[in-house]
Amino acid sequence: MNSLQVILHGAKLAPLPSGSVWWPDQRLLCVSDLHLGKSDRIARRNGSLLPPYEVRDTLQRLEADILATQARTVICLGDSFDDTAAARSLPEETRLWIARLQAGRDWIWIEGNHDPGPVELGGRHLKEMSVGPLVFRHIADPGAAGEVSGHYHPKAQVSVKGRAISRPCFLVGEVRMILPAFGTYTGGLRWSAPELQRLMAPKAQAILLGQTLHPLPMPIERSLQAQGSPAPS
Amino acid sequence: MGFETRGQARMTVLPDIFGRWFESRGWHIHPHQQEMADRAGAPALLMIAPTGGGKTLAGFLPTLADLADGTHAGLHTLYISPLKALAADIRRNLRTPIDEMGLPIRVEDRTGDTSATAKRRQRADPPHILLTTPESLALLLSYEDAPRMFAGLKRVVVDEIHALAESKRGDQLMLGLARLQTLCPDLRRVGLSATVEDPAGIAGYLARHPDPCEILYADPGPAPDIAMLTTEERPPWSGGGAGYAIAAVLDQVRQHRTTLIFHNTRAQAEIFFHNLWLANDDSLPIGIHHGSLSRDQRERVEAAMVAGDLRAIVCTGSLDLGIDWGDVDLVIQIGAPKNVKRLVQRIGRANHRYNAPSKALLVPANRFEVVECVAALQAVRENDLDGEPRGPGPRDVLCQQILITACSGPFSADALYDEVCTAGAYAGLRRSEFDDCLDFVATGGYALRSYDRWQRLLQRPDGRWQLRDPRAAQRIRMNIGTIQDTDTLKVRLKTRYGGKPLGEVEEGFAATLTPGDTFLIGGQVVRYEGLREMTVEVTRRADKPPKIATFMGTKFATSTQLSSRILRMFRQPSWPDLPGHTAEWLALQRERSKLPEANRILVESFPHDGREHTCVYGFAGRNAMQTLGLLLTQRMEAEGLSPMGFVSTDYAVLIWGIDPVRDPAPLFDPVSLRAAFEDWMGGNAVMKRSFRATATIAGLLERNSMGQRKSGRQATFSSDILYETLLKYDPGHLMLQITREEALRGLVDFGRIEEMLARTAGRIDHLVLSRVTPLAAPLFLEAGRVAVQGDASERLLASEVSRIMETAGLQA
Repeated sequence: MNSLQVILHGAKLAPLPSGSVWWPDQRLLCVSDLHLGKSDRIARRNGSLLPPYEVRDTLQRLEADILATQARTVICLGDSFDDTAAARSLPEETRLWIARLQAGRDWIWIEGNHDPGPVELGGRHLKEMSVGPLVFRHIADPGAAGEVSGHYHPKAQVSVKGRAISRPCFLVGEVRMILPAFGTYTGGLRWSAPELQRLMAPKAQAILLGQTLHPLPMPIERSLQAQGSPAPS
Repeated sequence: MGFETRGQARMTVLPDIFGRWFESRGWHIHPHQQEMADRAGAPALLMIAPTGGGKTLAGFLPTLADLADGTHAGLHTLYISPLKALAADIRRNLRTPIDEMGLPIRVEDRTGDTSATAKRRQRADPPHILLTTPESLALLLSYEDAPRMFAGLKRVVVDEIHALAESKRGDQLMLGLARLQTLCPDLRRVGLSATVEDPAGIAGYLARHPDPCEILYADPGPAPDIAMLTTEERPPWSGGGAGYAIAAVLDQVRQHRTTLIFHNTRAQAEIFFHNLWLANDDSLPIGIHHGSLSRDQRERVEAAMVAGDLRAIVCTGSLDLGIDWGDVDLVIQIGAPKNVKRLVQRIGRANHRYNAPSKALLVPANRFEVVECVAALQAVRENDLDGEPRGPGPRDVLCQQILITACSGPFSADALYDEVCTAGAYAGLRRSEFDDCLDFVATGGYALRSYDRWQRLLQRPDGRWQLRDPRAAQRIRMNIGTIQDTDTLKVRLKTRYGGKPLGEVEEGFAATLTPGDTFLIGGQVVRYEGLREMTVEVTRRADKPPKIATFMGTKFATSTQLSSRILRMFRQPSWPDLPGHTAEWLALQRERSKLPEANRILVESFPHDGREHTCVYGFAGRNAMQTLGLLLTQRMEAEGLSPMGFVSTDYAVLIWGIDPVRDPAPLFDPVSLRAAFEDWMGGNAVMKRSFRATATIAGLLERNSMGQRKSGRQATFSSDILYETLLKYDPGHLMLQITREEALRGLVDFGRIEEMLARTAGRIDHLVLSRVTPLAAPLFLEAGRVAVQGDASERLLASEVSRIMETAGLQA
């Protein structure tokens, strides 16, 4: 396991290179924005027939993280399904696969904007969930503290020695952490986007995914840096 | 040759009013124009004529004659050109004879710039002559009312067919003509082409297979007056800018009325233009024109040119086609021409209105290009044109054609297959290949059959195919065409009022800019201020030496024929045709090592600067040599030779590393090279780009979703992910098959590596030498060195992390 550790409101969290976050003290693994069934929804909605392998790929990577961490609790932080119809149309073998992953652990589906209602799969369905000092929800609440969320699919853009590199990333600030999208068929929102800038101001770190994790300071607009903020803990 | 002197029998084709009109203008009908009118009934005709020469009028004379009596209702002739501007230009040019003879003929153009109202009206009430582009035609054919609109169509005229035939736009057009021919069985086809190496190939491309196609040749005019520019200063050993020739070029501009200065790349055009202005003490009016400049800026230069206000234009292939500029009296080609056919077509841009020879000068950018320019001059004199043989019609274009057909209504697979096979490029298409494309369009064609419910096409009880959801036609129409949007960002001057657009740069280049950096665009040095809503904002405050913007656009590789001509020159005992400095250089190479030969691979190994170097003379063109460099270093890495980097040119690749190469033969083993190529495909950016193009053309990806990607919305994701997913789970999928076929050409050009392996058949001359050889020396000065490293991005990121953390006094 990668040794990188971030402390959020006293909780010691370990972001993993796959894009999930591991909380060893709680034996808790959290992933966000799986977007299962995306190819199904795109076929239904606009006719393009994308390679229908993203469910398999996403679940394989999730399974690898679950096996490596032996997590007792798994939180899927919303937008686990690209829409409720996509969740309903998952083939039987995929349902069985998910049931196998769920066996013997507490599994929580947090509601997202793509999958607002409960799905007919095992596990608990919650709007949000508190564990110790942290709250897990899909979309960041600007007033919250000690919050882990997803939704935005943050992505870093760096230029190093003339090469432009764009990678999904974790954003870790003083009061919150935003997870990258874990699903295979997901895009990203640049870290320079105003929503992310406002949520992460005045100061945040980006942890870029790759073979290993690469922490970099997140560039924050000067006007937002100047705003009052809680003193670093 | 006078119009009146032609035989009476021939004259019967054209109504008298035409003869009177020609006379009234004091014109003579050209023999090729008359021939065209005589053979107007042929199912297909190809005319080869130099630029100008009245070839467009020749194409239209039979139409005007047919329509002169006013009895034809509806569309009569469809004219298709690769350029929107050309369609508009022809419309203006046709007005003159139509108005002056008072002919009852309606002419309209229809391009992306035509208003929606006009387009609707054209479908309901088409003009007699419609001037359009391949993409607009494809769109028209996708409507249910296409049979009504094209009813009565008699002729189709394809202009600049030599240019169309080199791209997928031409393949799409020919599939469109196959469709039109089904709608209008007695449709006659006319192609107008510049000088090409293989007129019969173009004729077969144009005609309905297996119809014959007669070829007419216009008088090519006097042989061109073409030479290499001699300069006081010797050309440098490497590089592509030809900066040494600036003074001599300016001198030529001064001595001529109007000069076109062609460059092989947009970046080189920018640099040359910048340097030309720095030296332009008399302030001669000189403009720049290339495909990455804003339309506004290009149109201004074109207008100034037409008005005769410019003495020279620095340009690229963007001026290879298009508006006829009669006053050009000199064409200068900067850098080796790479390809003799294109050189001849460019030379044809000068002086074609006056029966005088076209005048052209070649300016080699470096010492090796001197050899290439002399070889090209010989080829032009011998009229030995080159060209890569065209492969079979690409299947991604066929997939789009199936979608277009489905938009227009239910279709039978058998009938569509027969129709497609009448397009020359698809004449050899196997039914199984067609069925794969149909299956891909209908179901996705995946090994995992998961789209039963959402198939794109459904088979009806009567066996015909139709769209599952008729509303999908709208989306499909929005994605018609084969031209690829590159990832470019607009560049705009930052002002209070929004600012003037200057052009565009590659997104990848824009991402490397930090505020304060400067770069060249449209000949001005601009300062990067920031990115605002996906537009690069710049100011004119230029206080740093400019960076060179990178533009998409083709990097031409020296053609196979020109490369073998150079290799033939190397066999000469001496080189009286070459300037002394270059002949001496080759003689020295022969003395110290040996000169490369066509049927053997020369490999030199020598130490230099504490590193072991290996130089491979493959003469396969720059794109293939770049690919060869990547594959060879990968194989050296596997053999533990620790290569550190390489650099490639059109003729050689130079590799450096820690250990010397003792036996190069295993490195060139075709089986292992092909295996390395397969491995390398997965992570390669060029392959991903080519996959995206293919997937977009075939209808897997939507081009209009690119806009969303650019707006930074997280809902869309990169096509690279689809490519990687397919490679992992469905490596035999049709889209990957097509992507591999594309890799044999273009930027990867693995096909020419295969060609090199075939011609040398394992005959490798390995010379171990004590020092750098004369022919290898210039490679040490080449730009574009590629470092070999396991995963470049990972290592760069890691170094950036530690740099930043160290600066902050932290440890990563």
